[in-house]
Formats: sequence, structure tokens, C-alpha cells
Amino acid sequence: MAAATSVETRSEVEQFLYHEAWLLDHGRLDEWLGLFAADATYWIPLQASQSDPLTASSIVYDDRRLLEVRVRQFQHPRAHARMPAPRTVHQISNVHVLEAEGDELRVASTLVLLEYRHERQRVWGALVEHRLRRTREGLRIAAKRIDLVNSEAELDGIVCLF
Amino acid sequence: MKRESIKGLVQPDRVHRSVYTDPALFELEMDRIFGRAWLIVGHESQVPNPGDFFTTRMGREPVIVTRHTDGSVRVLVNRCAHRGARVCEAAAGTTREFVCAYHGWTYGTDGRLCGLPLPQGYERPPAESTGGGLASVPRVDIYRGFVFASLAAQGPTLADFLGPLRASFDDFVERAPEGAVEVAGGVFKHAYQGNWKLVLENHNDTVHPAFVHASSIWAAREQPAGEGAYSDIGVRQMLQNGAPWDVWENTGLWVAGYGHSWMGDYHDDRRLVAALEHPAFAEYRVALERRLGREGAARVLGERRFNSIVYPNCSFMSQFRQLRIVHPIAVDRTAVYAYSFRLKGAPEGMLRDTIAFSNVVNGTGSPILTDDLEVYERTQSGLGARRSDWVYLGRGHGQDVPDRGGALRGGTGTSEIHIRNQLAAWLEYMTAEA
Repeated sequence: MAAATSVETRSEVEQFLYHEAWLLDHGRLDEWLGLFAADATYWIPLQASQSDPLTASSIVYDDRRLLEVRVRQFQHPRAHARMPAPRTVHQISNVHVLEAEGDELRVASTLVLLEYRHERQRVWGALVEHRLRRTREGLRIAAKRIDLVNSEAELDGIVCLF
Repeated sequence: MKRESIKGLVQPDRVHRSVYTDPALFELEMDRIFGRAWLIVGHESQVPNPGDFFTTRMGREPVIVTRHTDGSVRVLVNRCAHRGARVCEAAAGTTREFVCAYHGWTYGTDGRLCGLPLPQGYERPPAESTGGGLASVPRVDIYRGFVFASLAAQGPTLADFLGPLRASFDDFVERAPEGAVEVAGGVFKHAYQGNWKLVLENHNDTVHPAFVHASSIWAAREQPAGEGAYSDIGVRQMLQNGAPWDVWENTGLWVAGYGHSWMGDYHDDRRLVAALEHPAFAEYRVALERRLGREGAARVLGERRFNSIVYPNCSFMSQFRQLRIVHPIAVDRTAVYAYSFRLKGAPEGMLRDTIAFSNVVNGTGSPILTDDLEVYERTQSGLGARRSDWVYLGRGHGQDVPDRGGALRGGTGTSEIHIRNQLAAWLEYMTAEA
């Protein structure tokens, strides 16, 4: 159920998500990392409708610290699976504020991602949910959950960032 | 392909590239290796009660593993005896019978044909004409809860086949305070564009981490310590991959019959190894001592094994509650299913450790695993080059040391003894008379 939100809030949230996608698609990974709060989590569940990241496995479940390791890894000259880094196009739509409570917003969106690397193009589809927090620096990501439609499939290694 | 020409493909310290690239050899492997060997299909905890089932593959053969009403575990070929459709689509579940979607032929959890439409339309009872129901896999046996099956009616017993690798399964189970483990937390299914042998050869390869995992080792070294954080175990595992050469050289590496092998442990991190002192393990240790006593628990926790490999389709980490099943798809395509296990009777925190470790070691998006998969693909691609025919496996050749229980130990922990041993088993399977 959508929360009653103002046009200004919806516009602000959309701009934030588009900006996040723009940073990823232009390889500005350190700036992207900077959008995440210190206590943030970045989660790609393994199972459809997975409720818990701590007692069931995830394709990715990173706290801020592990996300920093992941982003830093891209800078190493022998990051084999990330050299060259995948080129991506993030297409975001169906942006939808689900809930606004205190200084946080829960936002749903859909993502279609084209990824190209090593003569191969992959297409990803995902339902995404952000928990965004208002801070003095502007909106920050407190949690991001990416439910890939094919999370339970046999998948080749995943190195792109969603 | 003649057996004589296959014999020339594996030599004492090298192997011909076609063993990884020739589709005709792959077809033979499916018959002569995956059609004969004991293959792990799963764990009893996946079918705890009568009627429970799950679907998987033995090599490329689609199978259903069931718990029949008499309590026995059965392995059935997932193919209707009538027109050949798969009769079971679900990954797992509970049922009284399997009903084919096409014409309603119905089978019990033992595979017996127990119903079909319009039986009066046949000259002879269809059960007689079709072998009685779903084809069942001729041999099924269980070791410490791990379910194995063989598509061949004859061959070594499971106990003989496993040999000294039984101790690795014992280690897996004895670590549980209740003396039993169960599958928990979901299954990773990662795939790569390469031959199935590459993953098994890699899991006891102790020279590769410094190179393949250089980037995650480096990124982890730059990271401040985070004791108590979820990510702590994952970051520590990345750091362990960067152990100095003398650690790898001194790691034990043993091989046994049928292509199996196992590695001693290279971990010395108190947060990763339950035998070492860390408050997180205290409660678990107490629970284990309740069953085994103080000395018994110390003995079990003091057993330190890293990857154990049961050729040709299983690789597991008893110490870290991880098990991987290898599914060959084509000569250059492989899927690996990775399972986590709960130690029954252990505090919930142990499962959380297992999951945090699993995400970073076996996760499809893991900073570690993705570099392994990349290198398998580069290897497969490179092996397509026709100007060089041989893969060189000479590291440690001539230095093997006989050890207890008929095992051989690599002269050092960085020996390629396990790859030579796998290929010796490969040659035996591939050239044996049927």
C-alpha cells in the first residue's frame, strides 16, 4: 500500500534513485558507497521471499564493512572477475514510496539491468526495496534489498552491483 | 574412442588437454565415471519423514530421492515409464505419489506403478511391459547421514569406495553436540563455463589463493578489524587465503583410492577455528562436552581438515559445515550446488557463523568464489588452443610419502598430488572393461 506522500517527496526519492544508478553506470563506485549509511546493509537474497539474512544464505549480504571490501576489490590490478569491470545500464521504474515513518522512507522500485563484460551481455530483473534515511547530508541508504527474479536459478558468478 | 588411445591421454606428470575439451570424452565420462561411481545425492535430513522427497541429478540423470513408507531412502529416475516426461517438478516436498502430468500414470514413493487410465486398453498389464514403474537406481547407501547412489548394479561397497575419506564425514558429524547434522539455510547453485574437473582440482590446490584471490586478500587487509560484526568471519577468511608460503607448504595433503583427497588445515584464526579460544565458541564447546566429555570434545575440535574431495562429484568442508555437489552439464559447462549444515544441538550462533562463512566462500556473488569461477573459464578457454596439447602437473611429482591407512601424502602441501590422483582414477574408470 502506497503511503500518502507529497509530490516533492516522490520527486526527491526518484532523483536519489536515478543518481544512485548514474553513479553505478559511470563506475563512480566510491561515491556510490558514500550513499550508504554507516550501519547500512546491501542484500541480494538467495530465496524468493527470504525473511532472514542471518540464518539462511544470500547471494550477497554485506554490512557496510563488507561492501567497502567489495568496492575496494575493484581497484586491484588482479581482480580477475572484475577486470575489466562490467559495463552496466540500470533502468529504474515503478518508484513507489511504501511507507514514511520518522526520518525514514521505505521505497519500492523495479530494476532492469543490462550488464556487458567479456563479449557477453546478461539481463537482470529485480524488485528493489530501499530504506532511505534523511540526514544532514541528504538522503542516505540505510538498507537496500534486491530480489532477483532468477535468484534460485543456476547462476554464473555475479560481480556487477545492483 | 578406443581404450588404447584413452590410455595415452594421462601420463605421470601431465594430461592431454582433450580430457577437458573433447565432447566425445565427456559423453564417455557420463557412462564410465558418473554411470559407475558412488555419487553423493544429498543428506538424510532432506527427507526426514515417509513421503518426503527432493529432486536432483546424478551426472546428467534426473532423479528423485524419496523416503518411502517403509522408512528406506529410494533414488528413482525422474522419467515416466510411459512416454518419458519428468513426473516430479518440485525441488522438494511431501507426497503419497507422483502423478505424471501427461497421461496420469501414477507411482508410489518406491517408484512402483500404482495407477493409470483405461487399463483395459492394453493386451498385457502395462506394469509388465514397462518394468514395473519408475526406473530405480540400483544401489543406494548411506554413510553418517550422507546419501550416496550408484547407477551401476555392481562395484565396490560404499565403505570401500570412501576408504579413509570416511574420517572426513565422521569429523563433519562428530562436531555436532547431538552427533547429527542437517541441511539448513538454502542452496547456492553456481555455474561456470568450464569442465567439471576444474573445480575438484582447485579445491585442494594451495598455490592458487595467493594469485586467484590476490584482490580480496588485499581488499581485506586494508579493512579495519570488526570483531563482533557479521562481516568479521568473511573478512578473516579472505585474510587466511593470504597465508604465507610456509603455511601452505606445511599443510597436509593426502590422497586415497578412487581419486579422493583431503587437506589438513591452514587456519590459525581464533574466530574461524572452533578449537581455538574465542568467547563465541564457548557455549558450543560446553554443549559438545555434554556428549563427549572434555577430552572427547577437545579431540573432535582438534581434528582440523579443510577441503575433502570424494571423486567425482563431492567436495566438503567438515570443519566449516559446507558441502558441494558437482553437476556436469556439458564438456565446458558445470553447475555446483553448495549446502550449509546445522550442527544439531549447537547454539544458533554456530549456524549464523556457518551462513556468514558460506556467503563469502560459496555465495554466487562472493568476492572469493567469483575469482575462482573466472579462472576456471579462462582455463577452459585456454585449453581450446591447439598449438599446445599438454597440461603440466609436475609439482611435487616423485615426492609422495606413504601414510597411514593406505593413503599417500604429498611431499609438501603445495604438491599437485591430488590432481594426479584424480586423473589416475579417471583413467581407471575410462579404460576399465565394463
